[in-house]
Amino acid sequence: MSDYTADEMMSVAAARALGEGMSCFVGIGLPSTAANLARRTHAPNLTLIYESGCLGAKPSRLPLSIGDGELADTADAVVSVPEVFNYWLQPGRIDVGFLSAAQLDKFGNINTTVIGSDYHDPKVRLPGAGGAPEIAASCREVFVVLRQNPRAFVEKVDFVTSFGHGSGKGDRERLGLRGAGPTLVVTDLGLLRPDPETAELTLTELHPGVRLEQAVSSTGWTLKVAADLKTTPAPTEHELTLLRELKKAGE
Amino acid sequence: MARVLSLGEAVAELVHDGDTVALEGFTHLIPVAAGHEIIRQGRRGLTLVRMTPDIVYDQLIGAGCASKLIFSWGGNPGVGSLHRFRDAVQHSWPVPLEIEEHSHAGMANRYVAGASGLPFAVLRGYTGTDLAAQTDTIKPITCPFTGEQLTAVPALNPDVTIVHAQRADRAGNVQLWGIAGVQKEAVLAAKRSLVTVEEVVDELAPRPGAVVLPTWAVTAVAEVPGGAKPSYAAGYYERDNAAYQAWDEIGRDREEFTKWLSDLRGVKA
Repeated sequence: MSDYTADEMMSVAAARALGEGMSCFVGIGLPSTAANLARRTHAPNLTLIYESGCLGAKPSRLPLSIGDGELADTADAVVSVPEVFNYWLQPGRIDVGFLSAAQLDKFGNINTTVIGSDYHDPKVRLPGAGGAPEIAASCREVFVVLRQNPRAFVEKVDFVTSFGHGSGKGDRERLGLRGAGPTLVVTDLGLLRPDPETAELTLTELHPGVRLEQAVSSTGWTLKVAADLKTTPAPTEHELTLLRELKKAGE
Repeated sequence: MARVLSLGEAVAELVHDGDTVALEGFTHLIPVAAGHEIIRQGRRGLTLVRMTPDIVYDQLIGAGCASKLIFSWGGNPGVGSLHRFRDAVQHSWPVPLEIEEHSHAGMANRYVAGASGLPFAVLRGYTGTDLAAQTDTIKPITCPFTGEQLTAVPALNPDVTIVHAQRADRAGNVQLWGIAGVQKEAVLAAKRSLVTVEEVVDELAPRPGAVVLPTWAVTAVAEVPGGAKPSYAAGYYERDNAAYQAWDEIGRDREEFTKWLSDLRGVKA
């Protein structure tokens, strides 16, 4: 096995989570890399949906943004933005919403709005919601991919831009949200899944070579660890080669 | 009927201080030249509307043209943050910027309501988020048929919407294709509209799937070749990604930005 970076392990693990034949609403950044890698490896019939209105995009290189012309040129259909949200996302037609975050809390709530407790006087103003609140609400399930560190993995997000599991199990049902919410978080250190009883994110897999203490100290809350903690299989040569080709072609 | 005007004439006539102005475009066909003309003509107190404010909005905000921004995602696509936008929100530089913040689904539906001549739109959105608490433009509403709790958002009806498109004919009919974002809705929702186009042609060759804005739905058309650069116009030119990356450096620094702004103002349209 050749050397690989933590970021490469994260992209590969995220790609593996996407099953063949699924439809996936793809957010910008890491999710887009993972979704396009999945199409090149085990899931050639993964349907990629971008909020710019590109349905079934099959880009030959990594798109530089969600509105990249390559997505439109290779899509099954290009529709308006109101159509993609109202007709395709809102009724629950899409299997997986694949999102990133600036902050994620232990119940999978996502913040991409402001860092700091005062919305009107933020420490850092972030880009905002984009399509994420409704993707998080309406897709059948949500995968989140982001690098694990105590600034990003916080006990409670400063602002709930997109609803995960609220303050615990049952909150989504009480609010009438239709999708299952975040079922998987993929990081550069491992995988987290909501506990079936409490919905608190729990470490279920560590990537090869990552120590448990490293994952614990990179988390801003007291990280729960699954009793049967597993090790993620390392990236294969095939996965790494395709990922590197993809990254290179996107430059 | 749309009149074919020069860009300078069109902006002078259609965009006034204090107006609510939408320059729409979803990565593709962004009306950058029109935004620069607004900066040159020194408009003030604008309420800028756009789902995805990007670098031309960073420039308008940094130039002090705007007092309010209605938006759903503000960033430099594929690059990072908008530093003039951040500076205005975090430090009121060069002037304070009020924000009214939505999700994409909310913004899209606000334009749809505006284009439909309705006072509001209904969507299944925002539930559980902190967005609703920050604005009085997101309210719960009960479905009169099923009793389901949904969300209402008010119509957006800009004083003027500006979009860029590939072509118009001499009568002012506009043809636009590729990623069409929310441009059609934004034009139909507006009181006045300006479409800048790559070229004015004698006759529009049919393009299946293209958005057509008939001349009677548009106030003015201006021929501005390259008017979307550094964004792209499908069929005409590609996105200048280096320019987006270069903006990160300029936008990050007030002094660099001020130099950029005097250069822009020094160049006559």
